[in-house]
Amino acid sequence: MTTASSEPSVPASTPLLEVRDVTVHHGQLKAISDVSLQVSPGQVYAMIGANGAGKSTLMRTIAGLHSPTSGQILLDGNDVTRLRPERRATAGITMVPEGRRLFPSLTLEENLKVGASYARTGPWDIPAVMELFPFMKDRRKQKTAQLSGGEQQQVAIGRALVANPRLLLLDELSLGLAPVIVQRIYDVLPQILESGVTVLLVEQDVAQARRVASYLHCLLEGHTTLEGPPAEFTPEQVEAAYFGMGGTH
Amino acid sequence: MVWVSDIIQGILVGGLYALFACGLSLLFGVMKVVNLAHGDLAVVGAYIGIGVIAVTHMPFLWSIPVVCLLMAVLGYVLQRSLIQSALNRGELTTLIVTFGLSIVIENGLQQFFTANTRGIGVGSSLLTASFKLNSQIQIGWLPVIIFVAAVIVLLVLQYFLSASKYGRLIRAVADDREAALLSGVNARHVFGVAAAVAFATVGLAGVAYGMASTVTPFTGTQTILLFAFAAVVIGGLGSLWGTLLGGIVLGVAQEVGAQINISYEQLAGYVIFLAVLVLRPQGLTARRSQS
Repeated sequence: MTTASSEPSVPASTPLLEVRDVTVHHGQLKAISDVSLQVSPGQVYAMIGANGAGKSTLMRTIAGLHSPTSGQILLDGNDVTRLRPERRATAGITMVPEGRRLFPSLTLEENLKVGASYARTGPWDIPAVMELFPFMKDRRKQKTAQLSGGEQQQVAIGRALVANPRLLLLDELSLGLAPVIVQRIYDVLPQILESGVTVLLVEQDVAQARRVASYLHCLLEGHTTLEGPPAEFTPEQVEAAYFGMGGTH
Repeated sequence: MVWVSDIIQGILVGGLYALFACGLSLLFGVMKVVNLAHGDLAVVGAYIGIGVIAVTHMPFLWSIPVVCLLMAVLGYVLQRSLIQSALNRGELTTLIVTFGLSIVIENGLQQFFTANTRGIGVGSSLLTASFKLNSQIQIGWLPVIIFVAAVIVLLVLQYFLSASKYGRLIRAVADDREAALLSGVNARHVFGVAAAVAFATVGLAGVAYGMASTVTPFTGTQTILLFAFAAVVIGGLGSLWGTLLGGIVLGVAQEVGAQINISYEQLAGYVIFLAVLVLRPQGLTARRSQS
């Protein structure tokens, strides 16, 4: 198990996303302390941790919704720390926010069209997303409030995908959804990866994260407590890092 | 029969009120900005029209696109500078800032144009032209033209908001600004576009008012702003067609009140306004619930 102060192992290729010693405050409260991470192209990088560990804050900081107090965020080696969220989206980072956050007064198709408004060029467009989630075809004219939670989550993923991101941030996909629905949503992950999109996700369900991720990163109270490929850790080690038992915290 | 005439006149003047109200409703619906300078901006539109006609001697109809364009630019610039920085400090700050803007505009207009009443000359032929429905009901062409213009503006706005790309983005930003940012939407620019559209409608409303009546630098807060607010509240916040209904109800109430006793004209309008506020605070057409 590595501690917050040690260097993460450097992947062979240039990282798509690099977070360098980022600290984020919510007012007086320190939400993230000196967290670093590197996401390589093609990876499924999973952030795990308990409630309030700072996972969502870190995701929102990467997406540009929070400004770090110190540290840097680099996309493909370019510093994007001061870039506004809408510019980061067009630079290739889009996020499926926690709670889905669809536009309630817009129809399903309009939600996707907003996502496609400033899209980069790439394999994803509205027909391709509707191919990925076939239920959308018949319900494109419906307001998203009429959709089930799982369907709304798929619309949120579609809205982020049509922008043709290089890095897709998925924040708590499984929140409030039945396990069978969650599984169905995660089933499309291979197709998303195949299209060349790299995925950084936040997941409270450790078992789910271990199943899909090629790299795990555990946060506890804003500090890194564990990181590496999931095969390197026993469930006990992950549990200890997750809850802070037997650790220094 | 005199009542029928009053109701028709009231409906027609309601079109003008709707024209005032739709910009106010749009700004509130999209940005939650209660623009207290709205009436003054209409007066600015009227004065731009007066000034443009006086300088270039263009036909008065040509002044309308010029005014709308200039007001749209003004709207975009004001939104991106003054109103946005007020919004960043909280929604209540916009009240104070637009109130200040109102005072600045009124005094600025008085400085440049004096306090004299002015109007946009449409020629006495159009100002007094009318047609008879029967021996007792006579309807002026100018109110009819303004009413039709108001309906067209509302139709265009409706289409713009529901079917155009920027309309969709405006609704998305109004729904969830952060989620829109995450989709790459520049919310500040979208707000600027919404303000430009709202200001163009208020400019048109100002020119229409200047044609049908006269303006002074203080007409904005004394009448236009109050009528616009009343129309929006009666019709229901955030509903475009509600503003037309609200304007019509207000106009009819005023005309009928004036028929009973000429001093009741204003009173009747505000009595209806208060009655709606008490009995149906969400407005007559509350289509969109405020969340």
